[in-house]
Amino acid sequence: MNQAETNARAPEGGDIWRSFKRNRTALAGVALLACFLCAAVFAGQIATRDPQKNSEASLRPPSTEFLFGTDDLGRDVFSGVVHGARVSITIGVTVALLSGLIGVLVGATAGYAGGRIDDLLMRLTELFLIPPRFFLALVVAALFGSTFSTLIVVLSVTYWPFTARLVRAEVLSIKEQSYVEAARAMGASPARILLHTILPNVLPLIITNVVLMIGGVILVEAGLEFLGLGDSRNISWGYMLHNGEHFIRDAWWVIFFPALAVSLLVLALNAVGDALNHALDPKARGAHIDKPA
Amino acid sequence: MRLRRRLISRLSGRLLIKRALQSALLILALVIINFLLIHLAPGDPVHLLAGQSGDEKYFAFIRAKFGLDRPLTTQLWIYLTSVLRGDFGYSLGYQQPVIAVITARIPATLLLMLSAVSLSSVAGVVMGVEAARRENSFIDRALNAFALLGHSVPSFSIGHLLLIVFALRLGLFPAQNMSSSQQVLTGAAYWLDVLWHLALPVATLAIVYLAQIMRLTRTAMLGVLGENFITAARAKGLAEGRVLYGHALRNALLPIVTVVGNDFGMLLSGAVLVETVFAWPGLGRLMLDALAMRDYPVLMGLFLMISMSVVVVNFVTDLSYAALDPRISYGRTRR
Repeated sequence: MNQAETNARAPEGGDIWRSFKRNRTALAGVALLACFLCAAVFAGQIATRDPQKNSEASLRPPSTEFLFGTDDLGRDVFSGVVHGARVSITIGVTVALLSGLIGVLVGATAGYAGGRIDDLLMRLTELFLIPPRFFLALVVAALFGSTFSTLIVVLSVTYWPFTARLVRAEVLSIKEQSYVEAARAMGASPARILLHTILPNVLPLIITNVVLMIGGVILVEAGLEFLGLGDSRNISWGYMLHNGEHFIRDAWWVIFFPALAVSLLVLALNAVGDALNHALDPKARGAHIDKPA
Repeated sequence: MRLRRRLISRLSGRLLIKRALQSALLILALVIINFLLIHLAPGDPVHLLAGQSGDEKYFAFIRAKFGLDRPLTTQLWIYLTSVLRGDFGYSLGYQQPVIAVITARIPATLLLMLSAVSLSSVAGVVMGVEAARRENSFIDRALNAFALLGHSVPSFSIGHLLLIVFALRLGLFPAQNMSSSQQVLTGAAYWLDVLWHLALPVATLAIVYLAQIMRLTRTAMLGVLGENFITAARAKGLAEGRVLYGHALRNALLPIVTVVGNDFGMLLSGAVLVETVFAWPGLGRLMLDALAMRDYPVLMGLFLMISMSVVVVNFVTDLSYAALDPRISYGRTRR
C-alpha cells in the first residue's frame, strides 16, 4: 500500500464528523441509540411495573393499562422490553470492549513486532477463528451454566480475532510512515511509539469495529436466550422471545415487541457503524457486517 | 517451457498438501478443544461422556472405556483415537451411536441450507449487480436499506413474521415439520409435500443470506467497475449487460465465494435457529432436543462435527479459487 492510500484511510477527526453528519440514516441511528440508552439507564423510572412479577392479567392485548400487553404469567411486556435493554446493552458493550481490548493488544503487538512474534500471534488468531462462535457459545453455556459472566467470557474469547486482524493490518501500514520513523529516530521506545504515534491513528477503525461488534453480540445473545440458554435471574429480550413463542398463535404481542426492540437496536448500531466506516474510508462503500444469528 | 510448467505444478501440489495438512491440524486442535471442554466443565466428566440418564453400571463401563482414572494425557489419547475412528459416543436417549443420530438429520438441514443458498445467491448477485450499476440511485438506496434490515432483524424473528402471516393468518403453508403426518405419501406426492413444507423455512433463511450476498456483490462490483479492463470492454462496444455479468461479475465472484465459504459456520447457525422456529427435523432441532434432554454425547458430537465441517468447507473454498481465478492453480495445469 503506498503512502497516498494510507493517508486517505486515516482522515482527521473533523472530516469524519463532517461526513458522518451528512448521513441522515446515521443520525437517526444515533437518536435511536440515545433512546435505548435512556431506557437502559432509567428502566425503573420509565417502566414502573416489575417485569418479573406475575399477575392475574394473563395474555392481555396491548391497551392503555398494559402498553405492550401481558404474557402468559401476566407479566407486563412493556416493562420487560424496557428492562431488557439493560441486559442486551450491558452484554453487548462489555463483550465488544473486552474483545476489542484483547484484539488491539494482540493485533498491535503482532503488527509492530513482526517476524516470529507476528507469525505466532497470527496462528493463534486463526486457531480462535475456527470453532463456529454461535455453537461454541451454546455448548459452553450448556456445559458451564448460562450466567451472564459465562456468556461474556465465551463471547469475548471468540470475538477478538477480528479486531486483531484489522488492527494488525493497519499497524503494518502505518509503521512505515515517515512520522513513525521520525519518532523512532528521536529515540522513542517501541511502547511509546505504539501508544502515542500509531494507536491514535488506528483508533477510528477500532471504534467502528467495536460499534459493529456490539450489534453482532446482541444478536448472538438473543439467539442463545431464544433457544432457552439464558440467565434466568434477569428478564431479557431473548428470554421473552423464547417464552412467547408458545403463544404465537393467539398473542402476537408477546414476541412482537421484544423482536422489534432487538431489531431496532441492532439496526441503529449497524447504521452508525456503517456510516463511521464510510466516513473513514469512502472507497469501502459498505463493509461486511457479520450476522451470526 | 515444459520444465517450468512441471515446476509450477509441483509447487502448487506442495501448496495443496500444505493446506490439507493445516486443515488436519485444525481438526486435531478442535478435538482437543472438545476434550478440554468436557474436562473443564463443572461436575463429573462421565456425565458428559455418557449422558445424564445412565445407571452406575453404565457409568463404570464408560469410566473404563475412556480411562477416566488414568492420567489426563492417556485420556486425551483414548479420546482422540476413538473420535478419529468415527466413534463419537453412544446416545442413551436415542439408543443409537451418536454418529448415526447425527447423520440421520444431516439431509434435512442440507436440503434447507442448499435451497436457501442457491436461491439467495442468484437473487443476491442480481440485486448486488443492479445496485452497483446505479450507485446512489433510489433502487440502490432501497436495496441497501433492505440489506441493512436483513442484517439487523434476528433470523428467528423473520421466521416468526412469515409464520404468523403465511401459515397462521393466510393458511397458505404449513407451520411445522417437514411432511404431513396425517397421510402416508410416496413418490412425487411425497416430494411435493416436502416442498410445500420447505417454502417458509427456505424463504426465511434465504432472506437472511440474501442481505449478506447482495451487500458483498455490490461492494465487490463497485471495486471491479472502476478497473481499466471494464473501460476497455465498454470501449470495444460491448453491451452493458455483457460487461456487467460477463466481465465484471466473473472478477467480483471471487470475494463472494470467499466469504460465503468462510462464513459457513454462520450460515449453519442461521439454519439452526430457523429450524427451531418451523420444527424442521434437522441438526438444529436435534441440538435443541439434546439440550433439553441433557444428552451431552449428542451435543458434543454435534459441536465437533459442525466445527469439522467448517474446516472442510474452508479447505474446499480455497480449492475452488483455482477453478474461479485463472491466476491460482493447485496442482492442475491449465490448458
